[in-house]
Amino acid sequence: MKIPILTSLILLWCLPLWAAPNGGQLYQRHCAACHGLSGQGGVGIPLALPDFLAHASDRYLQATIREGRPGRVMPAFQALSDAQIDAIIQHMRQWHPGDAAKPGSPRVTVGPGDVKRGKALYGEHCALCHGTNGEGGKGTGVTFSRPRNLPIMPPALNNTGFLAAVSNEMIKRTLMDGREGTPMISYFKAGLSEQDIDDIVHYIRSMEQDTIHWSPDREAEPTIVMDSDYDLATTVENIQRAAVGVNFRIIRVQHLEDGLFSEDQVNSKQVIIYFCNFNFINQALSIDPRAGLYMPCRITVNEDEQGQVTVMALNPKFMSRIFNNSELDESCDQMYEMYVSIMEEATL
Amino acid sequence: MKTFTTILLGIYLLFTAATGQAVEERMMMARIQQDFPEAMAQLQKTIGEYGYTVSRIQHIDVGLTASGFQTDRYRIVFFGKPEEIRQLSTRYPRLIPYLPLMITIFSEGEDTLISATDPMILRSVSSDQALEHQLLRWRGDIAAIMDELVR
Repeated sequence: MKIPILTSLILLWCLPLWAAPNGGQLYQRHCAACHGLSGQGGVGIPLALPDFLAHASDRYLQATIREGRPGRVMPAFQALSDAQIDAIIQHMRQWHPGDAAKPGSPRVTVGPGDVKRGKALYGEHCALCHGTNGEGGKGTGVTFSRPRNLPIMPPALNNTGFLAAVSNEMIKRTLMDGREGTPMISYFKAGLSEQDIDDIVHYIRSMEQDTIHWSPDREAEPTIVMDSDYDLATTVENIQRAAVGVNFRIIRVQHLEDGLFSEDQVNSKQVIIYFCNFNFINQALSIDPRAGLYMPCRITVNEDEQGQVTVMALNPKFMSRIFNNSELDESCDQMYEMYVSIMEEATL
Repeated sequence: MKTFTTILLGIYLLFTAATGQAVEERMMMARIQQDFPEAMAQLQKTIGEYGYTVSRIQHIDVGLTASGFQTDRYRIVFFGKPEEIRQLSTRYPRLIPYLPLMITIFSEGEDTLISATDPMILRSVSSDQALEHQLLRWRGDIAAIMDELVR
């Protein structure tokens, strides 16, 4: 009797997995946090721009969702089914019904181009925003929480994900029409000829030969651990002194269990030293507002039942994999070096 | 009975994995259409409703502003279940730097964003299946807390 009931319950539980995908719900679950509920942008770029929806074919959007932008925040949603991705795209198309929902019209054709000449034109007209080598702007899409120079992060044109998704025709249309609501102007109206634009398109396409494939450090361990020959109190003092020595400010020393147990019940053998350098925090948050996930800096000193004292910190190199942000890797590396140097000094 | 249940759960996990609910390692994020004070209060309340205790709130924005940097509101909420944190920190010491659990919450225009590390990234701390179950449960709770706030 119990087995059929359990089977029914589990089948009911699985039912949503077979149902037709709901684009709105999927968008809300997977995209809205970064791109905004109505595609207005946020950590991710704004999607509800009529020009963008007119330029972006379904194929471009499918490839972008599927492969993401390695190292540029947008993750690869490889576990979504084709039907789910198509449902998300249909949902996005509803933001601007009409012309913007019929991507690729009017059609443009890209003629032969001169890569060398395109490179020179790119340097003159595009490099200021998109970077000398197409590496894109700094930071994330639209960060409302912090001061910014531009309302949107110019995309990285040399990104493997972008180049795999975009067609030459889409690049040309973007250059011809511009993108209203962003600093991207119409270079056709600004005086470039179609041949000039074709040359730039061929130069951007040529970046495929020089792309660097970003991939996170898959070897990094989650935790940096070092044994200390000192007792717990001395090790805690040593950590504080070492952190101050590299220009960090101690903001708090507490037990791991503070706030969870009453004062007389906390385990006094687990001590966390919180410290920070606000200049460093500001830099990291300017690159990616999600960077608070490994802040403030903290090292835990633990004494086990045998009396062995150990110092531990989360490994920022390990954490970097979830950010998919190559710019943040540098901060993660710096933070790793800093943790290791503080821990080594405190335990030597 | 146990074997049968395991098989059915296996089938379910296979499906959830295929739809990205069980295997992907990425940041957990949600956009709340509420201003910061309201979302912050709601977050703390919801964390409590799921049986967790908020142990501390780190005011990153206060420190940044005091140091002369411009920022909107930005906090980190630390939380956990007391006995669970005690047991896990003893059983898996390498988990300690990730304890208590944390959610960042910050203003984003008129909305508020919250983000958390997917606990499943910590699977490599131990091959013990009990830890994997614990991490999955945390992931489920954090996702449910986020869903609750988005509603």
